[in-house]
Amino acid sequence: MRRYILRRLALVGPVFLLVTIGVFSLVHLTPGDPLTAILGEERADPQVMAALRVQMGLDQPPPVQYARWLGRVLQGDLGYSFRMRQPVAQAIVERVPVTAQLAFLAVVISLLVAVPLGALSATRRGSWLDLLSSTMAALGSSMPAFWLGVLLILVVAVQLRWLPPYGYVRPTDDLAGNLKAMILPAITLAAGYTAILSRLVRASLLDVLDEDYIRTARSKGLAEKVVVLHHGLRSALLPVITVIGLETGRLLGGAVVTETIFALPGLGRLAVDAVLSRDFPMLQGVTLFMAAALLLSNLVADLLYGVADPRIHYE
Amino acid sequence: MSRRLRRHALGALGGAIVLMFVMVGLLAPWIAPHDPLQQDVGQLLQPPSLEHPLGRDDLGRDVLSRLVVGARASLQVSFVSIGLATVVGLAVGLVSGYWRGWLDDVLMRLMDAVYAFPTLILAIALVGALGPNLLNAMLAISVVATPRFARLVRGQVLTVREREYVEAARVAGARDVRIVTRHILPNVLGVLAVQAALTTAFAILTESNLSFLGLGVRPPTPSWGGMLRLGYPFLEMAPWLALAPGAGITLTVLGFSLLGDGIRDFLDPRLRR
Repeated sequence: MRRYILRRLALVGPVFLLVTIGVFSLVHLTPGDPLTAILGEERADPQVMAALRVQMGLDQPPPVQYARWLGRVLQGDLGYSFRMRQPVAQAIVERVPVTAQLAFLAVVISLLVAVPLGALSATRRGSWLDLLSSTMAALGSSMPAFWLGVLLILVVAVQLRWLPPYGYVRPTDDLAGNLKAMILPAITLAAGYTAILSRLVRASLLDVLDEDYIRTARSKGLAEKVVVLHHGLRSALLPVITVIGLETGRLLGGAVVTETIFALPGLGRLAVDAVLSRDFPMLQGVTLFMAAALLLSNLVADLLYGVADPRIHYE
Repeated sequence: MSRRLRRHALGALGGAIVLMFVMVGLLAPWIAPHDPLQQDVGQLLQPPSLEHPLGRDDLGRDVLSRLVVGARASLQVSFVSIGLATVVGLAVGLVSGYWRGWLDDVLMRLMDAVYAFPTLILAIALVGALGPNLLNAMLAISVVATPRFARLVRGQVLTVREREYVEAARVAGARDVRIVTRHILPNVLGVLAVQAALTTAFAILTESNLSFLGLGVRPPTPSWGGMLRLGYPFLEMAPWLALAPGAGITLTVLGFSLLGDGIRDFLDPRLRR
């Protein structure tokens, strides 16, 4: 087990370094002067620009610039956004709670729907319920998140007037208002995820129900419900842990669109605003932060899976 | 048996949807009932009618014609970006899986690094750096899609290269290039086709996301994501503006997913479940 953990940890280092090279290169991919990209639309007089170029080390060769930048990043300094007039790290820290809450609610909703739905369609294979859940899964993964969001706003907020169509309320100001504002975005974000999870639970449970120990449990005369819930579902949920970790990227990507539709001040919105206002330090910071979050969640998922299933060994 | 028939029927349905999408995209300029760019300030936000079955938008343009011509943008972006990702992914996967060694390590870590980014975030960042337009959106989508092909092909090559007939060819003195092109490549094409169909669905979704965020196809050229973006502020007054393009995207993505699943079932009946 220790070997597995060490090998898995050793893989993260090189990948993270490549990720940082990619993020660093973003500014240099832009046509034109990197200094202009960093400053945004702001123009200073040539002397100030020249001084800034030296001060920021942009007169140095790219490898030197990269090494210095990486050194600062590792100390938590993600640069300064001239557009927003604040440090990038500070802006990210302010936005993380919104995206984290949105993602958390989406995962909870997904699990609440996907596990029973997947289990029911596995145990009643071929029934109308199975067909319905397949259809819902196919639609859920084909529907763009922004369209589902628009439909929800149209029906729930505009027609029925049950919930606010968009906007954000801080939980510290008004918890009920916060939850009301987050329900539609969370459902929007959860849809695609639920589709994947319910199919996974179904397939995984079908595999498990074929195993010998399930036959043994059945032949002991245990009720089918007990067999499925206690013996089957418990091992069938193992791959679900991994997929939740692996699909964090989908959640973070989906958050970009969801936050834009529902006007939530989260990380995804920050990334879109950074692109639209050509705020490169901010774009670099958010991209790096999200990639690091995804790497970390994949790592945790793999390690948990290794701990949960002793049969897993690193080849 | 009935299940098998149903799966085949679903695959065929997917194929039919894809065919329709491709035809509409190719023939768009000839079958669009009106000029998609023709504005009419006297007829803003008109609801659906016989003359304009999907109504008119905020500039008085015919929504149906924009939907039809918008299919062209989706078709172009998805086919170009997936074509590019397939070719690059195939090359990387073949080289990595067949020759192994340090090159395999380097290429796979690179693919891991691309995979380490949330796909939409990476696409947004690339488009942001290169400049938001159609060409760069295609480039960004092909970059984020490439590891899917490379990893899949590599895995397939790793199993095929150990088979006896490959061993036999090697013993008979066949050169590596010949073994790869004659013996390994044909065994990879099946999974590649499945992946191409499924990833096209992903590409269409990603393009529509980018256009929705204002980072893809530039107005006034119609694209489905862009139409939704423009229709969004008029949700209460003119819901058809947002409903039509969303339905177009969902149906097309569903078509490619069903087609991909159908091809997979056809190629590997063991996966039928």
